[in-house]
This record gives sequence, C-alpha cells and structure tokens, in this order.
Amino acid sequence: MSKSFLEVDGLSKVYPDGQGGDLTVFEDIRFALEKGEFVCIIGHSGCGKSTILNVLAGLDEASAGNVVMNGKEIKGPGLERGVVFQNYSLLPWKTTLNNIVFAVKARWPSWSKEKVKEHSERYLKMVGLEHALNRKPSQLSGGMRQRVSIARAFATQPELLLLDEPFGALDALTRGVIQDELVKIWEETRQTVFMITHDVDEAILLSDRIFLMSNGPNARIAESVKVDIPHPRARATIFQNPAYHKTRDYLVDFLVNRSGSALPEKDGTPKIAEPAKGVTQSTPTPAEPETQSESDTAARAVNA
Amino acid sequence: MASLNVRAALLSVSFLILALGLWEMATQPPEAQTGLTEYEMLMGGAEQESRVPPPSAVIKLAWAELSNPFYDAGANDKGIGIQLAYSVYRVLTGYLAAMAIALPIGFLIGMSPLMYKALNPYIQVLRPISPLAWMPLALFIIQDSDASAIFVIFICSIWPMLLNTAFGVANVRQDWVNVARTHELSPIKTALTVILPAAAPTILTGMRISIGIAWLVIVAAEMLVGGTGIGYYVWNEWNNLDLASVIFSILMIGVVGMLLDLALGKAQKLVEYKE
Repeated sequence: MSKSFLEVDGLSKVYPDGQGGDLTVFEDIRFALEKGEFVCIIGHSGCGKSTILNVLAGLDEASAGNVVMNGKEIKGPGLERGVVFQNYSLLPWKTTLNNIVFAVKARWPSWSKEKVKEHSERYLKMVGLEHALNRKPSQLSGGMRQRVSIARAFATQPELLLLDEPFGALDALTRGVIQDELVKIWEETRQTVFMITHDVDEAILLSDRIFLMSNGPNARIAESVKVDIPHPRARATIFQNPAYHKTRDYLVDFLVNRSGSALPEKDGTPKIAEPAKGVTQSTPTPAEPETQSESDTAARAVNA
Repeated sequence: MASLNVRAALLSVSFLILALGLWEMATQPPEAQTGLTEYEMLMGGAEQESRVPPPSAVIKLAWAELSNPFYDAGANDKGIGIQLAYSVYRVLTGYLAAMAIALPIGFLIGMSPLMYKALNPYIQVLRPISPLAWMPLALFIIQDSDASAIFVIFICSIWPMLLNTAFGVANVRQDWVNVARTHELSPIKTALTVILPAAAPTILTGMRISIGIAWLVIVAAEMLVGGTGIGYYVWNEWNNLDLASVIFSILMIGVVGMLLDLALGKAQKLVEYKE
C-alpha cells in the first residue's frame, strides 16, 4: 500500500477473556481509504467493527498495528476526524443550535460569534432542522436527534467522518428519510466517510466499497466489495439497477454462508470482489485497476 | 369539582384550624378552684401560669415580634429578625466556605480514581462525626465563638457537597466525555463545558442536602456558643421561661429553613436537563 489517504496496517485487538487467557477479537486488519470515498463495513455482531471505528476515532487503542492518515499516525482523538455515534451523544442541556455551535467553536476558535452561528445554522438547514434551533434534544424525536448529530459532524468539516451505525436505533421509515438526507449531504460535500452498518441495502445505497468482516473471534476484513452503481443514487430508483441485485445477492450470500470461513488475501489485504462487473454501463475490461478508474470517472462525470 | 390545588389548600387550612383548636382547648387554664391550697398561696398562684401557652398567645406574640423584627434593646433583647439574620449569616458563610473547598476537591476525586482511592478512607472516617463534636476543638484553636460556629457549619456542609460532586463527576456519561475528546477540548474546557453541566444536577442535590443540614446544626451550635442567633434566642427564652417565644422561634426556624431549601430547589431547576 502506498500513500492512500488513510492506511490501516495490521490492526488487532486482544482482551483478557476472564479465564486467564486472551481473546483476540480481530487481527491483522489492513485496508486503505482514498479521499472522497464512502466505505461501509458490515459484519456480524462481535467481530469488533465498533472497536475498529473507535481506534480510527482515537477513542480506543489497538493492541497492535497502526493507522496513518495523511502521512501522520493517529494517536488520540482529533478534530480532523468527526464521529457520529449510534446514540447521538448530543449534550442534553444545550439546544439544537448550541450543540452545533459547541462543535464549530471547537473547530474554529478564532471565528466571530456571528460567523459560528451562521455556519451552524447552515448545517442544521441542510438536515432540515431550521425550525428546531432552540429545542433541547429531549424535545426531539430519535430521527431528529440523529440529524443534529450528523449536522454536528459535517459542520466541523472533518477530513474523515466516522459513522457508528448511525441509523441502528431508528425505525425503518425515519431511517429511509435520513439516508436520503445523508446521500444528499454527501453528494454536496464529498467527505471521506467510514461507516458501520448492519443493513445491506443501506450499505449499497451509500457506499463506493463495502468491507465484509468474517466472524469473531479472530475476525478479519475478508473482502472489499465494489459497488458499481453510479452517483447520484436515490433510494427510490436504485432498485431498478441490475447491479444492485447482483451486489445485494453477493453480500447476503457472504453474510449467511461464508462469513464463518472467509479469509483475506495472503498478504492480509481484503480480497477485491466485483459482483456487478459487466452489468453496469461501464465497459468491462480484463485489467482490474482500469475498470476501477473508469467507473470512478464515470461516477464523477455523472456528478459534475 | 374544584381543582386539586384548591381542594388541597382547603384541606390544609382545615387541618390547621383543627390543630389550633385542639391546642387551644388543651391549654385552657384550669377552672378557678374554690380556694388556693396553702402551697399555691405560697407560690402566688404561679402554677397556673406554667402551662404551655395557647396558640392565641403565640399568635399575639408573633404579631408583636414580626411588626418590629429588627429592634435592638441590648444583648439579651434583640428582634427576631436580627437573631435570624445572625444565623443566616453564619450558615451562609460556613456554607460558602465549604462550597469553595468541596466543589474543586469533589471534582478532583470524581475525575481521578487514584485521588478517590487515596482520599476515600479519610472522608469515610470524618463524615459520620457529629459536627458539634468539633466545637471544643474549634473553640480552642480559633479562640472565637462566632468563628467556631461558622466552622461547625463549614464542616457539616462539606460532606454532602463533596460526595455528590465526586459522584456526579465520576458518573458523567462516557459518550459526552467522548464528544469533548473528539472535539479536542482542553481538560479545563472539558471540565467547564461538559462535565460541570452534566454533573450539575447531582452537585445541586448535594448542595441542597448541605444547606438543610447546616440549618439544623446552626441552632444547636448557637445554643452552645451563645450571644446571638436564633439558636441562642430559643435557649435564652427557655431560660426566661417564655414558652410563647420558644414556640414562635421554633416556627420561624422552620420557615427560614423552608426558604433556604426553596432557594436551592429553584437553583436545582435551573441546571436540570432531560435526557
């Protein structure tokens, strides 16, 4: 691996198992993210997805391995990485607006009051909450709270956004609406995003690549599945794309039949899978790297 | 059907009337007897006077006292307002001093498991000591009865504040601390903008318990040190055998204690938050 935006190298986490031995939750996790990529990670409970995300956030420490972002090793949390937690983690004594202001002030301490406020309001508007600026989190529904949390993370314009199952606690309808909003914001901002999810459809809708984890203990990132569907995507129409079904079948097959035994390449990097190869509008070519770059250009062209 | 509040108020008033009526009846002077016994003649009929005074006498006295609460006619004859003001002044001084110590140390103990473990044995030994037990030592060291009373208030109000602050700070949700961490807040900023507001309701609970205890203790402390204050006043009127004044000042102690608690209750409302 050379000079990707984010490089994760040989990460593992070992806990004492309570009986004098050790329990290796995951080991030798290797992957790289490029700038502007949206990557989801899927795996069964207990494979350590959240721990990986917390290590990237700097909130947890790995037992071995390291993470390098922009050529610098990650040690501890930092403002260049924004986190959206599953339980929203809004400060309940602050209003919606002040929760964002809190983050924006931390990011740009030299900004004037008006600038901070204006910036914060802009991001709340982006998630459709301009009518709830002065409400406390306890007066908001779960979906609205998570929107505030997303707005807070985007408002600080981090280089890497980490989303820990952000929609896990929401009902299906609310989840769909906020997914749409996330798609919209992401199309606007093109942040680099690393997200945990349990939802295969959500992963396909949002991501460029999907990491599949094998089961823990000793979990690995076994495969990296390319989602060959051009941007912008929409929840309502994505089902019509034949690549969608190919990708979905592939993911479900992995999670149901193969997640117990799947292994990455010998060098530890995830196996690259392209289940929808040849189905999309991009011309299939024998050499993999070319396919990737072509579809990337295709995606950009659609977005431009 | 009237609202619950109206009905409760009506019921309260009728309980009051009932209680005052019973009290008034129970303290009627005994029927004048045909003649005084020899003993009664020797006592000049004083036996009849040493009854618990009826509520009418207490209300009459209360009216007189409250219509001129701040008169000062010498060391043993000051208005109820002056006496209460002395007590409140002592309570607040000792209480604020306790706050100045308890909140920072509570913060420290709550943030640092090491400090918690190191200081906990002392707290556990010092906490159950009756504050009045400190009085002789305080009098000897401070050599001033007024300051000793304040010290006793200080020592009794420090524990609930200290322990509640430590508990509140130690139990701030990790999620909120993580929010502070991911936003790279300095330790001081984290303490002030995240931990303090998160722990504030618990801290205020401790402060409310403390003010209650301080007000309980000041009466006893002032009975010991004498001179001024509502505690001294109660004891002085007992020595004067003026039971109407004793009952009146007991009621005033209750009223002021209630007001102090209400004030802290209001403050508690201000910092409360719903999750």
